[in-house]
Amino acid sequence: MTGIRHHIPDDTLDAYHTGTLPHAFGVVVAAHLSLCDQCRARQEAEDMIGGALLQQANGAALRADARERMMAALEAPPPKLPLRASGPFPSAVMHELGGRPPRWRMLGGGIRQQILTADREGSLRLLYIPPGKAVPEHGHRGQELTLVLQGSFSDSAGAFHRGDVEVAHDEIDHQPVAGPGEPCICLAATDAPLRFHALIPRLLQPIFRI
Amino acid sequence: MAPSLVDKGAVDARGVDQQPMEDLSELGRDMIAVRDSRDRAAFGRLFDHFAPRLKAMMLRGGLRDGTAEDVVQDVMLAVWHKAGQFDPHRADAAGWIYGIARNRRIDMARRRPLAQPDEMPDLESLEPDADQIIALQQEARHLAEALARLAPEQAEALRAAYFDDVPHSRISEMTGLPLGTVKSRIRLGLERLRHELKKIAP
Repeated sequence: MTGIRHHIPDDTLDAYHTGTLPHAFGVVVAAHLSLCDQCRARQEAEDMIGGALLQQANGAALRADARERMMAALEAPPPKLPLRASGPFPSAVMHELGGRPPRWRMLGGGIRQQILTADREGSLRLLYIPPGKAVPEHGHRGQELTLVLQGSFSDSAGAFHRGDVEVAHDEIDHQPVAGPGEPCICLAATDAPLRFHALIPRLLQPIFRI
Repeated sequence: MAPSLVDKGAVDARGVDQQPMEDLSELGRDMIAVRDSRDRAAFGRLFDHFAPRLKAMMLRGGLRDGTAEDVVQDVMLAVWHKAGQFDPHRADAAGWIYGIARNRRIDMARRRPLAQPDEMPDLESLEPDADQIIALQQEARHLAEALARLAPEQAEALRAAYFDDVPHSRISEMTGLPLGTVKSRIRLGLERLRHELKKIAP
């Protein structure tokens, strides 16, 4: 995939690689890596360095039966394959969806969402925005990572297409508007509940857990 | 999975496959033999080479001997089952196996397994590109040479970061160096690597 201009920030990618990133954000990173050859190649380059260090390492003695145990283990049936990517959804998203198509909830104005996970570390949801529609204006506590899976949106930070990631921090108010053509489907991870400015969305917040 | 169990004669008969495979390291050829022919002897050689190194990696990362041994078994079993994903255009055997080991170790420390990117397209359908495979092999060799030329403290910082999986903050505690110094040593090590690589392969 070419043409991706907005990538995962370095510190987020590092946290993914060291395993410290909360699950919701990890899914966004995995989905981006599925679509972005540049970030994928970077991960592979990191692994080459790890591989070179592995080659240079002095080995530790294995237990006497290690090889025998290993060869016997090859007889066991292979583990289940991960769910395949389907339509706009990379494998990591299909996993969150349990292998089924999204079950959208209407948010009003044609906007739909499905919460995939929500816990103390963060929440992850899919958003569906019809062409030309705006997502209600909102500010953030904490961080939000939004990956475009289909269509596009634009806001004050620019235009975002399939594979692009927008990073929003504290105090950034933005109003993404979906581009023309296909409905925009996004995957969004946040580490805190969103604050909506309009009265009604704020009232709805506890109900929709957004 | 069945269609990928191409017998070795069939692969060689296509000719186009054979040429780039000859340029692979022995470990790379063994990986291909495991991938395409489910070759147990080749897997045994990979185990003999990598298992002790992986165990050293797990021990340096702080695992007990028995746990390290189990993790090595898990990692090598994943190498066997995921061999279909090995692509010599994108990784050498050591880098690819390191990636599996890194993921396995991360998952041990997590409540939920780390979300994974899509698997790469079915490799059986891709024509091998000799130039790219050779270029990758050369890069791996240059990388090893460049690593050997690093100043000891830079090499140690890289080893701690990539091999021991010690968080930067923990390296800082262990060495008594400020966190900023640890980070800059890792960064300097990587920059020096890049510089060395440019010198060897302009």
